[in-house]
Amino acid sequence: MPELSIDGQPFRFAQGTTVAAALMSSGDRCSRTSVSGQRRAPLCGMGICQECRVSIDGLRRLACQTICRDGMRIETQP
Amino acid sequence: MSEAPTLQGHAADVIVIGGGIVGAACADELASQGLHVLVLDSQRPAATAAGMGHLVVLDHSAAELALGEYSVRAWCELAPQMPDDCAMRTNGTLWLACNEEEMAEAERKHAALREYGLACELLSGAELARAEPSLRSGLLGALKVSGDGILYAPNAARWLLQRQSSRVVQRQAEVVEVQGNRVRLASGEWLQAPAAVLASGIYARELCPDLPLQAKKGHLLITDRYPVQITHTLVELGYVTSAHKGNGPSVAFNVQQRPTGQLFIGSSRQFDNHDPEVDAAMLGRMLRRAMDFLPGLGDMTGLRSWTGFRSASPDGQPLIGEHPHQPGLWLAVGHEGLGVTTATGTARLLAAQLLRTPPPLDLEPYLPQRFIGARAHA
Amino acid sequence: MTVNATTNEHVDLLIIGAGPAGMAAALAAAPRGLSIALLDDNPLPGGQIWRDGPNAQVPKQAQDMRGRLQGFSNIRLHSGCKVVALAGAKRLLLEDAERGWVLSYDSLILCTGARERLLPFPGWTLPGVTGAGGLQALIKGGLQVKDERIVIAGTGPLLLASSATAQKHGAEVVRVAEQASLSAVAGFAAGLWRWPNKAIQAITLASAAYRTSAHVLTALGTDRLEGVRIQVGDKIEELACERLACGFSLVPNVEIAQALGCTVRDQAVVVDEWQATRLPDHFAAGECTGFGGSELALVEGRIAGLVAVGERETARGLWAERLRWQGFADRLNTAFSLNPALKTLAAPETLVCRCEDVRYADLAGHGSWTGAKLATRCGMGACQGRICGTAAQTLFGWEPPLLRPPFSPARISTLACLDEGESV
Repeated sequence: MPELSIDGQPFRFAQGTTVAAALMSSGDRCSRTSVSGQRRAPLCGMGICQECRVSIDGLRRLACQTICRDGMRIETQP
Repeated sequence: MSEAPTLQGHAADVIVIGGGIVGAACADELASQGLHVLVLDSQRPAATAAGMGHLVVLDHSAAELALGEYSVRAWCELAPQMPDDCAMRTNGTLWLACNEEEMAEAERKHAALREYGLACELLSGAELARAEPSLRSGLLGALKVSGDGILYAPNAARWLLQRQSSRVVQRQAEVVEVQGNRVRLASGEWLQAPAAVLASGIYARELCPDLPLQAKKGHLLITDRYPVQITHTLVELGYVTSAHKGNGPSVAFNVQQRPTGQLFIGSSRQFDNHDPEVDAAMLGRMLRRAMDFLPGLGDMTGLRSWTGFRSASPDGQPLIGEHPHQPGLWLAVGHEGLGVTTATGTARLLAAQLLRTPPPLDLEPYLPQRFIGARAHA
Repeated sequence: MTVNATTNEHVDLLIIGAGPAGMAAALAAAPRGLSIALLDDNPLPGGQIWRDGPNAQVPKQAQDMRGRLQGFSNIRLHSGCKVVALAGAKRLLLEDAERGWVLSYDSLILCTGARERLLPFPGWTLPGVTGAGGLQALIKGGLQVKDERIVIAGTGPLLLASSATAQKHGAEVVRVAEQASLSAVAGFAAGLWRWPNKAIQAITLASAAYRTSAHVLTALGTDRLEGVRIQVGDKIEELACERLACGFSLVPNVEIAQALGCTVRDQAVVVDEWQATRLPDHFAAGECTGFGGSELALVEGRIAGLVAVGERETARGLWAERLRWQGFADRLNTAFSLNPALKTLAAPETLVCRCEDVRYADLAGHGSWTGAKLATRCGMGACQGRICGTAAQTLFGWEPPLLRPPFSPARISTLACLDEGESV
C-alpha cells in the first residue's frame, strides 16, 4: 500500500484517495488552524471554501482537489 | 439619521465633503477645536480604502518634507489612543539601493532627513542583508528611516469620525454641486454651513472642475498570511530616481508585511487611466519587479489585487486652504499617494486657516492660490 | 520551485469546466476537428456529480464520455487547472500544480457549474460539519464513514443523494432534515412522472430518517462535532452524531463570466437559445446558467458545443429536450425555495467569514458588503467571499462581491506571467 506523511506521521492510502479524505482519517482529522485558533476540517469538498488548504511538498494545495501520491509530504497549517 | 444642531439654517459649523482619511482627519481636528461638523460621504470606492497605509516621509521638496515629518509625528501622538484594528505600527522604511546612482540618492536623502532631525541611518549591503534576509543578494545598501510606519486607513478614518461623536455627525450622501459654503445633494436638498471643506480626493474635480488634479492609477496585491518575511516597509530608491519619474506607466518595488502576516505588494503608476479594472499586464509587471527583490515571493500565494487612484497636483503637494474664487469653500485635496501620511498635518493646516490660529508650518507651499490665481482664463 | 512556461497556448475552442456540460460540449464540438482545450480544477473530468475514487465508480454514461474524450486527439484535457485572471481579449491566465501560463482562444464555453450554498449557524465551523455535496465528494474520495452517525440538513434532492452515498458506505443516517414543507416536497414528487428516471431516484432515496419543515439550529461539540440540535416542525430535537452535512441548495459559479463581462441575472449567467452570452463567441452551459441537474447540463453543453463550431441546425434539434429538462429545473427551484427562518440561525458570536473569523455581530451593523468588508475583513480571506459573500447575500441582502484577480489564490510567479514586457 502506498504511503505519505501528514505532519510527519506516516499514512497508508488506497489508490485514488483524495488528500482531504486522508486528512479526515488521520491525526486530529483537521486541515488547518483558523486565524482565531480554531482547528478546521475540509468543508465544501469541491475547491471553493479553501478550508482544506495544506502544504504538500512545500507548496499550497487544496486537499480536496489533490489525489494522494506515494511519498507526499503533507503539512497542515500551524 | 440625526443631524448636527441646526443653527440659523446651518447644517453644522462646517460641512466636510468626503469621509476618507483626509476628510476624517479634518472633521476630527475641527471638532477638537469645538466646532460641530457634518461629514457627507458617498461611499464610492476611494483611495483611503485602496491604499497601502504607508506613513512615509518623502523629500522631493522642502514642503513635502515639512508636511510629511510634521504629519507622521502627529500620527505617532495619536497612536496610543488608536484601537487595535487601525493596525498602526512604526516599522520604519528601508529605501533600497541597487546601484551607485541609487546609493548616492540614499546618501543625499540621508543628509537631508538628518538635517531635518529625522532618525535615519545608512546600511551597507551586508547590513541590509542581515536586516532583511529575504531580499535578493547583491543590493548595494539602504537608507533606513526609523520613524515611518503603517496603518489600516479605513479603520483609522472610521475611528477619527466616531471618536468625537457629539460634534461629528456622518451622513451617507452624494454631493452633486458646491457653491462656496453651500452644497447640493443628489436628493436635490441644499445644505449650508459657515464653511464647507472639500476632501473628496479623486472626486473633487467633479464638484470643482478648476482644480488642477490628475488621476494616477495604482495596483496593489495582497498575499496569504506568512510567518515573518520582512520587518520594514521596503521601497526601491528607483521609486524616486527612475521608476516613477517620467510620465509613462511605471512600476516600483514597494512591499510591507501587515500585522496579519500578509505581504502587501505595490506599486504601479498610470496617468490618465480612469478604468478601475485591474490591468493584467501592469499587475504582472509590478509582481515581476517585486520578485526581482524578493525571490521567495514567486512561490507565495496571492489572494487579491485591486486598483486605486491617487489624486495628484502638478507639483505633487496638496491644496490646503480656501478656494480663491469660492469664499466659504475650503480645499483639502491633491495628496497623491500621501493622503494617509499627511492627513493629520493637512487637518491642522486647514483648521489653522479656518479658525485664524497660528499655523504649525508655513502655509504658502500648500495654498490653492499657487494654481488657482487671478481669473486669467475665466 | 514551480516553473512558468514562457510559451503560451492557443486553441480554437476553450471549455472551462469538465462536468457533464463541459464534457458534452467538447464531444459535440470535437468532430469538426478544431483544437479544443477542456480545463477543470479537479483531478479528473466529471464535475461534482461524476466523481470516482477508492469508494466510487462513475456511472457508465460518464465512463463512456471520458473514453470518447480520450479518443479525440484534438481535445486537450487540462485537469487540476484553474483560471486565475483575464489576460487581455480572449486570453486567460491559467495555473496548475506545476506552472502558470496564458491561453488564448477564439471561442469560449463556460461550464463552471454550481457550488453549495452554505449558511452560518452556531457550531458550523466545528470539524465534523461539511457540505452535503461535500460529504458525498469526500466519501467518494476515500473518507470512511462506516458505522458513523450522520445528520444531513438543508434543502433539495442533493440531501437524499448525499444520504444514499453515506448509507451505501455503511453510515447510519439518523436524520435528513429538509427545510421545505411536506406539501412543497410532495407537490414536487407528484410532478416527477414527467421525468421517469428522476421519480425512481426520488423513491429509492427517501428514507425513514427524512423529515420536512426541519432545519438545523446548532451543531454541538467543543473540539469536534458531537451532536446536532434540529427544529422539526414546532419541536426541537437533539441527536448525537459524528457528522453533519449541510447544503442549502446550489449557487451558480458566475465569477469568471462576470469578470469577462457576461450578463448575470438572479445569480446565473444569462444565455439565449443558442447558449450564447451577450459577448460574441462566448457561450455558457450547465449549472452556471441556473441550477437544473445533470440532464439539463448535458443537453445545454451539447447545444453550446455545436453552436460554437457553427452547427446551429443540429443544435436546434436539441431545443425540445432542453425545454423538457428546464421544466424539471423550474419545479425544483420553486419547491425548495428557502425558508426565511434560515436567515436567523446565526447567533451574534457565530463566525460568518471562516477565512478571517468575522462574527455575525460584527457584520450586522453595516449597510453594504463593501462597508462590512473594509471594517471587519469579512471576505478578505482565501475564498474571496465565495462562502461568506454568498451567505451575506442570503442573510443581509448585500450584493455579492465582484471578484478581482486572482479568481482563486494563485502563486505570485503565475500572476507575474501577466507581464508581457509591453509598454501599456
